[in-house]
Amino acid sequence: MATETVMEHDVDKHDDGGNAWSGAKSPFKASYGKLMMWYFLLSDAFTFAGFLIAYGAIRFSSPTWPVPDFVFSTAPFGVHDAPLIFVTIMSFLLIISSVTMVRAVQEGHRENKNGVVFWMLLTIVGGAGFLGCQAWEWNNLIGTEHMTVNTNPFGSHEFAGEYLDEKGGSFDAGDSYLIHGHTAENGEFQWDQRPVRYETGETTVEQFGPKSFGALFFFITGFHGFHVFSGVVFLLIICINVGSGLYVERKNGYEMVEKIGLYWHFVDLVWVFVFLVFYLL
Amino acid sequence: MNDVVTTTTYDEDVLIQELGYDDHFHDHHHGDKYQSNFIMHYIFSMDHKIIARQFLITGMFWAVIGGLMSLVFRLQLGFPEESMAWLKPVLGKWIVLNDAGIGTLAPEFYYALVTMHGTIIVFFVLTAGLSGTFSNLLIPLQIGARDMASPFLNMLSYWFFFLAGVVMFASLFLSTGPFSGGWTAYPPLSALPQASTGSGAGMTLWVTSLVFFVVSVLLGGVNYITTVLNMRTKGMTMWRMPLTIWAFFITAIIGLLSFPVLVSGLLMVMMDRGLGTSFFLSEIFIGGQALEHVGGSPILYQHLFWFLGHPEVYIIILPAMGIVSEVLSVHARKPIFGYKAMVYSILAIAFLSFIVWAHHMFMSGVNPFISNFFVIFTLIIAVPSAVKVFNWITTLYGGNIRFNSANLFAIGFVSMFISGGLTGIFLGNSAIDIQLHDTYFVVAHFHIVMGIAAFFGMYAGVYHWFPKMFGRFMNETLGKIHFWVTMIGAYAIFWPMHYIGMAGVPRRYYSFDSFQAFSHFSELNQFITIAAIIVFAAQVLMVINFFYSIWRGKVVTEKNPWGASTLEWTTPINAGHGNWEGNIPAVQRWPYDYGKDGKEFIPQIVPLAEGEKDGGDH
Repeated sequence: MATETVMEHDVDKHDDGGNAWSGAKSPFKASYGKLMMWYFLLSDAFTFAGFLIAYGAIRFSSPTWPVPDFVFSTAPFGVHDAPLIFVTIMSFLLIISSVTMVRAVQEGHRENKNGVVFWMLLTIVGGAGFLGCQAWEWNNLIGTEHMTVNTNPFGSHEFAGEYLDEKGGSFDAGDSYLIHGHTAENGEFQWDQRPVRYETGETTVEQFGPKSFGALFFFITGFHGFHVFSGVVFLLIICINVGSGLYVERKNGYEMVEKIGLYWHFVDLVWVFVFLVFYLL
Repeated sequence: MNDVVTTTTYDEDVLIQELGYDDHFHDHHHGDKYQSNFIMHYIFSMDHKIIARQFLITGMFWAVIGGLMSLVFRLQLGFPEESMAWLKPVLGKWIVLNDAGIGTLAPEFYYALVTMHGTIIVFFVLTAGLSGTFSNLLIPLQIGARDMASPFLNMLSYWFFFLAGVVMFASLFLSTGPFSGGWTAYPPLSALPQASTGSGAGMTLWVTSLVFFVVSVLLGGVNYITTVLNMRTKGMTMWRMPLTIWAFFITAIIGLLSFPVLVSGLLMVMMDRGLGTSFFLSEIFIGGQALEHVGGSPILYQHLFWFLGHPEVYIIILPAMGIVSEVLSVHARKPIFGYKAMVYSILAIAFLSFIVWAHHMFMSGVNPFISNFFVIFTLIIAVPSAVKVFNWITTLYGGNIRFNSANLFAIGFVSMFISGGLTGIFLGNSAIDIQLHDTYFVVAHFHIVMGIAAFFGMYAGVYHWFPKMFGRFMNETLGKIHFWVTMIGAYAIFWPMHYIGMAGVPRRYYSFDSFQAFSHFSELNQFITIAAIIVFAAQVLMVINFFYSIWRGKVVTEKNPWGASTLEWTTPINAGHGNWEGNIPAVQRWPYDYGKDGKEFIPQIVPLAEGEKDGGDH
């Protein structure tokens, strides 16, 4: 794309012949293509910052918020009550794919074509694995637990108390719960809101959690997932280009690989923040 | 400046040949590749000079549309009793005829007009039309580059702008009308499709158009920044860049950091509209019906919007400031006063622009203690702004001033910026804002300081660089008529609005019939409307002058008709792709050597004499 420009040949070719900084070289010692990627990432960081600030503003204006250890405690193959285990695997895949990306860039600097392809393929596997995990997580939240952008079955008790139905049990203030549901005989989905009595004496049923939880979760992780998806697509395209030998003759240390690498590390970095606010706090 | 000044001519070609450097550009035959046929040359062009012209002419198209809209709602405000039946052929069902044949403007459409006027002028005209045009034209020419860092992305930038324009234009013809909730698109009017007629398809197209527009700004922005950083010619240090380049550079950075936050807000609005989320909606009733939406915050949208919205006014005004600095210096035949102070004040304004956004929200229900913070930083902006104003005035002081159209508009810019800036000090105080918020005082303030002033900067740039763009001059007589009518007319429109606003007349109201307290302003409103019509006629004159001069204007016969020292005037009169025919010129000195050492001006490519000190260094 940017490499097709009329200007590329005058980068670094001009003899500056003196101390005075001369043209066609960057004060940051980076080519314009890399600079553009940096500036794009900077702007993208502001988009994510906008989302995360919105998340903070809405979350801290809600009286309660679901406890992440409770919400994210399932994993495939029927694993339950395993807080954050699945998301740890997911995050690990993404972080490892950053490491393999570093290796791909390093092989690029060494002009080692096969090395670049090998490490890029591993990166793609990591990215695709992350996306697969996210797909499972969304599917579980939507299909099994019935969370949507405007229904949040995860609530938290404000006071300690006890359940009044036959299953019984008691809970502490701050404990989270999941409202289950069942399909009635007429085929419609119905929520089973369990009756509770708080120690304040109030008797009621389990309330739905703050609506915005689902909206924020799907929107922000979705936007991040979209970035990962685009990254995987671009990695794939560039990997094919590397394999075809397109970048060999450019002799610029596989700069294209470095540029997509910058993007990939950025997407990982954003995940660190998304992970922090949704899963840890 | 009473010394004898000799007019010196320089042989630029020889200087470029001897001191410039060969980048082997012409060994590659790019001209053929990029300019082989009409479509690649004029439509999908990657030449920054053509793209600049595309931005300018598209911007002028939108300025005429936006201006016409303002005339229609001014007619409503100035002459609410008069029949508008004569507009029926144009506006169709938005003019409602009663039994007697008296036509009135539909109130929904009045709101739509106000909204579209704001959106179009702020984004399409004063952002794309101003910064898009002159950043594209001047960055490569003034820093000595063959083209932008990525001509391809540059072309995409224009076409995304064009696409945004097509979508917005289409929304004007919807049966429910274009979006009508104000250019700021606050929820709930923007977030609930059923909230008003314009909130349905009109808002869908509005938000789509704006997202395309932001893509355009970002593509342009990364290009401007990297071009300025990476593509400067030999000797063009940062401190030798003309103030235009500094302004475009900082403008691009501001845009790059603020527009993405708007996108965050707009995407969330889209979710609220389409997917039923409640990011910006809370406990809301429509038609007596409680909606399901709870838990969101409309104030949150305002924060996200104004985090762009405030920097946006500097995105508009900084390029105008840069252009004015350059034009004033050239036509006063004096170096710009306080070059480094000008640069530092641009940087200070840019920094401050990010920490004042909530002064648009003093009356929105934000914590009054938080307002203190924003009041203080808002008022501090007066300092770098005053630095710039004083520097412009001192640049003019004692100058050998040419009163041509370009310079008149530059001087007019300074006048407008002072007038509009002073009222900003009133509005920046949260206490005074209790009385003045959302009144015509605000309308007067921002129209003068960032509407008229930015237009003046743009006109100064158009008159000044027209010879570079089209190889011909614009007609000076028409230009001066254009200036004087606009200068006097703009004050005639907006000066009275201050009084109306101080009396508490709210903006955006369709009619003041039911307000006894405001009835005595009806004659003043008529006066404003008549002034607006006259001023619009003067702008039409400018458009006519512009297109007439492209084909019939006086031909430019010398490379450097204004005697300016910057690099764009060393290119051939009708420069082709790649700008310089042979070598790229090398820069030897700062860009403002006017009236130095008895010479009228010294181009940037002339080497420093023995023992001569470079102007930018002190």
